[in-house]
Amino acid sequence: MYRIHILLAMDSHTIAQGSREVKEALIRDLALAGISDEVKIVETGSLGISNKGVVLVVFPDEVYYVNVTANDIPDIISEHLIKGRIVERLHYKKAAVEKGGEKKDERLGKQVRVVLKNAGIIDPQSIEEYIAEDGYEALGHAVTEMTPEQVRDEVKKSGLQGRGGAFFPAGIKWDFAAGTEADQKYIICNADEGEPGTFKDRLILEGDPHSIVEGMALAGYAVGATKGYVYIRGEYRMSIEHVQIAIDSARKNGLLGQGIFASDFDFDLEIREGAGAYICGEETALIESIEGRRGEPRDKPPFPPAEGLWGKPTVVNNVETLANIPQIILKGAKWYRSFGTEKSPGTKVFTMVGNINNPGLIEVPMGITLREIIYNIGGGIPNGKGFLLAQMGGTTGGILTEEHLDLPMTVETLRGIGAGLGSGALLVVDDSQCPVDLVKNFVEFFNHESCGKCTLCREGTGRLHELLSRLTSGRGEEKDIELVEVLSSTMMRGAFCGLGQAAPVPILGCLRYFKDVFIRHASEHVCAANKCEMEAVAETIAA
Amino acid sequence: MPEITIIDEIVDNYNDVKTPLIYILKDVQKEFGYLSDNVLTRVAKKTKIPLSDIYGVATFYSLFTTKEKGKYIIRCCNNAPCHVNGSKEVLDKTKEYLGIDFGETTKNKIFTLEFTSCLGICAVAPVMMVNDDVYGNLTPEKAVAILKDYKLKGTSNV
Repeated sequence: MYRIHILLAMDSHTIAQGSREVKEALIRDLALAGISDEVKIVETGSLGISNKGVVLVVFPDEVYYVNVTANDIPDIISEHLIKGRIVERLHYKKAAVEKGGEKKDERLGKQVRVVLKNAGIIDPQSIEEYIAEDGYEALGHAVTEMTPEQVRDEVKKSGLQGRGGAFFPAGIKWDFAAGTEADQKYIICNADEGEPGTFKDRLILEGDPHSIVEGMALAGYAVGATKGYVYIRGEYRMSIEHVQIAIDSARKNGLLGQGIFASDFDFDLEIREGAGAYICGEETALIESIEGRRGEPRDKPPFPPAEGLWGKPTVVNNVETLANIPQIILKGAKWYRSFGTEKSPGTKVFTMVGNINNPGLIEVPMGITLREIIYNIGGGIPNGKGFLLAQMGGTTGGILTEEHLDLPMTVETLRGIGAGLGSGALLVVDDSQCPVDLVKNFVEFFNHESCGKCTLCREGTGRLHELLSRLTSGRGEEKDIELVEVLSSTMMRGAFCGLGQAAPVPILGCLRYFKDVFIRHASEHVCAANKCEMEAVAETIAA
Repeated sequence: MPEITIIDEIVDNYNDVKTPLIYILKDVQKEFGYLSDNVLTRVAKKTKIPLSDIYGVATFYSLFTTKEKGKYIIRCCNNAPCHVNGSKEVLDKTKEYLGIDFGETTKNKIFTLEFTSCLGICAVAPVMMVNDDVYGNLTPEKAVAILKDYKLKGTSNV
């Protein structure tokens, strides 16, 4: 028995800020103090605090320390662990978040943890800790007491929509695959998270990998698949490592493999690594990549539930979607629907990035307003600057401005203004930035990530880049703006896949709300925000 | 030739895996540093996949390279979350310090400068990666200090 547990966040953010060094110091200094056998260090996923350096929590006191360095460890040990006095200079007063709808939160009111209920609480490398938090209970219940149809029905009743960005009803997708006759079916977890500003899947994979293993097994049972693949982008080394450990220990415990829970259900998992291609987040491109080819999207139909991996019926679900499944099966559709709105049930994980005081990961019920996210949870905009715009859903996301601050964030309200929730990345941009410069940045990204398969996207993103470069360097004319508009709407209608179709969304969004700024760049060659290098180019031309 | 044996062994390691080309190329690149024409030709022969297909894959994914690179690969992020937090100043300073542009390698083969796609650590933007190590909350000065360390390491034990 240990007197004290120290939870040390070991996720990509904290490692970048020195959590490994802090762990070494802890081990060393606990031994020096002679209390190594009283204190257990538990490595866990993100504790939800992402830009405050190394974060650790001392239990049972539940005291959070932030910006911890190796030099602070002797103080924490001698003051807190030995004398029981909190080290105030490092203390972070974090309001508790509501876990599974049980605990009411006071300060952060709106945060609810369904998908992230274990992240930052359990040791992600320990199957025992996952099981202790009701892990694999849903799977056991499903395979022994429910028919596959009942599992699908529960998911359908929950109204869960795919969290990859398209928000297609998950249960209906499962029905398509279940209804296709085949000797082999597959479940794929799309963990090719590459949308700029998005790291929700990474923190689930790093912090609670068993929830994905269980979610995939449940999906397999529901549609009649016996094999699953977790497609993780190659850059996510820690996610790959943690999911592999989870698969191995689930297999060892009989939770994957043959005859799961002494039923006749067989299911096994394998990881497939990506090799660096944004387009592989598109489900048919992802399938091409698993098949060892260039990740270029396929013609649709047939859709993957009819004909997917190696020609077999395949369900491709996003990480966050799958992490919801065990909870829905365990607690029921009705419980799930107690969060969010009628048309957008459940919670949504958002990543807040850009010009915001508390960047990081939050999970809130659907329907929260932008104002609440940015100003209450996000702590507002730094350095006394004002709000210019927000982009919801990643680089292809729609543009939101002042007038949308009180709009409830749901699938249907955002669709109504030509935007969407997308990947859940919320980029906040302050008023010192230039919307033209920002659009040029988006276009550089699309130009780089276009896979080259269809002409409209390949050439279109290139031409857009040229046009925006003209506007941001003082060589533009007003007719360039018109060309940007025409090209954007043509791509929207004619590109082969979602990338080319959605790329114009933020471009047209910025043009709609900041047309005057574009015109000033084109006709007067003036960038009021002083982000575009107008003069530099004017001089080169003159020389 | 040992090169051939190594490649053949790598391919054989994946006999039980369905469509393993990407894994094979990853392992081969790890072994040889980059995917040269010779290496790809052997992979094609051994796997019986057309060389044109293999070349298509090797040039499609950003983690593969068909050119020799420096000892330290610096990958800078310039996606929107980094951009609005001042990545441009960091990129400009990095270029200036190394004296090369993106996509290039220094003459002494110590550094290769590249862009990276979003690394998903945007809460500490702007960020960059040097080989497998990630650095966040960068300023132009901090970036140069980091690169100076690598330069010292890279030139002392080449």
